[in-house]
Amino acid sequence: MSGTVPKKRLKDLSFWQKIYVPEIIKGLSQTLKQMFQPSFTMEYPEVKFDPPASYRGRPVLVQEENGIERCVACGLCSRVCPALAIEVQAGETEREKERYPEKFEINMLRCIFCGLCEEVCPEEAIVMSKDYEIVFTNRADALYGKDKLLTPIAKLQDRINFLRQYKG
Amino acid sequence: MNDFLFYIIVALVKIVIIANMILITVSYLVYFERKISAWTQNRVGPNRVGYLGLLQPFADVLKLLLKEDIVPKVANKFIHSMAPFIALFVAFTTYAVIPFGPSITLWGKEIPLMMADVNIGILYVLALTSIGVYAITFAGWSSGSKYSLLGGIRSSAQMISYEISMGFSIAGVLIFSQSLRPMEIVIAQHGWMWNAVLQPVGFLTFVVAAFAETNRLPFDLPEAEPELVGGYHTEYSSMKFAAFFLAEYANMIIGSAMIVTLYLGGWQFPYVETFGFSPAVTIGLQVGAFFVKMGALLFFFIWVRWSIPRFRYDQLMNIGWKVMFPLSLLNLIWAAILAMIMK
Ligand code: SF4
Ligand code: SF4
Repeated sequence: MSGTVPKKRLKDLSFWQKIYVPEIIKGLSQTLKQMFQPSFTMEYPEVKFDPPASYRGRPVLVQEENGIERCVACGLCSRVCPALAIEVQAGETEREKERYPEKFEINMLRCIFCGLCEEVCPEEAIVMSKDYEIVFTNRADALYGKDKLLTPIAKLQDRINFLRQYKG
Repeated sequence: MNDFLFYIIVALVKIVIIANMILITVSYLVYFERKISAWTQNRVGPNRVGYLGLLQPFADVLKLLLKEDIVPKVANKFIHSMAPFIALFVAFTTYAVIPFGPSITLWGKEIPLMMADVNIGILYVLALTSIGVYAITFAGWSSGSKYSLLGGIRSSAQMISYEISMGFSIAGVLIFSQSLRPMEIVIAQHGWMWNAVLQPVGFLTFVVAAFAETNRLPFDLPEAEPELVGGYHTEYSSMKFAAFFLAEYANMIIGSAMIVTLYLGGWQFPYVETFGFSPAVTIGLQVGAFFVKMGALLFFFIWVRWSIPRFRYDQLMNIGWKVMFPLSLLNLIWAAILAMIMK
């Protein structure tokens, strides 16, 4: 179908279009008008972007109000991660959930922010935060351990609500 | 002997003032280019270095100075390093004949407010701007890169095509001034007798040719980024690149100064004599008028750059030969008729 649509060609320009000058003046007045419009620039270090809930920033582990992580160290996230960025080592506890990650490490040099870990997690324990300021100056610092990953649930409520509404 | 010394000192003072003025104007022209481009695109533009980013041009130059100077292996080293300085030389020497104010009298001697009041001033400018083409062509050819070469060739073809309409438009001006001396051309445009008013077609063709001569958009084919990487200066870095950069902006200033001198009455401030100011104030106003006109034209140059897309190469040639050339001829006839009637 699309092939049969005749192409609209602007070959028959009017006289005023042909002598070019009025068209230039039109263009110039357009840009002049734009000069007095407010600018859209966000001046980054001073003004920071507040991402919406759908934003996929740095993946973090959810920490419940009692200070314990939700993760049960099932290893699914590590298995699904296309960039092989996650390393989980399980340990046993006396708590109700019985398992917890002894070691949980995300290599931020590898992570591609795909969000698959978040999607696969059965416990809603790993979610994408709004943090986009990820800075490190050497490779060792790029391995984010539990100390950096654990984030209080209050900070992640936005994303969790979003997931509950749209995931699955 | 004393006279001689006096004139040498005056000339030196004028050179120092004008050269510094150009350099400062160029740096702020770059700044304003970036600011105006930002405004047209609803951005903010440079605002980090110094108050409102006013030190940005100096930071840029410093950065360029510290960069490594790379010369391609296949380049012709001598010509490769000579080209940017031809460009600079041409850009800076052309100012010598542009009057930015009337003659003033100091200690009983008459001093014209221009570097050199030569009686073939306009020819001098035309000759020098044609040498400017060599800078670009040499740069393109000696780099040993096909993009540079194409840029250089385009530039020479473009300059040749547009110099003709430029020359004919200037001829229209000369009919009225009866002189090649820039000062007299300006004086001939007293009151509202500006050449832009008398011969609008010539004004248009000259402005278009000036855009083409300075390689500014929409005629910046020698450096068309999407096709030629950077055109003739693809293989330049560090200070040599800066020299080209400087020359481009200096050329813009010459372009607008020439337009002002030839068509917009130079330093003439219409009817300023009738206001009854003291002579010093009058001269000040006239010099001010020159710079205001020049500034407005510079703004226009930048404004056009951020509004109009680049021409295709064949369109450029078509316009040059089939539109600009006949138009400038027509203007010449019109100017001749007008001059006869007004006599
Ligand atoms: S974060 Fe989720 S998927 Fe990953 S190990 Fe813990 S519980 Fe399993
Ligand atoms: S976001 Fe993607 S790449 Fe990053 S840790 Fe999760 S699964 Fe791996």
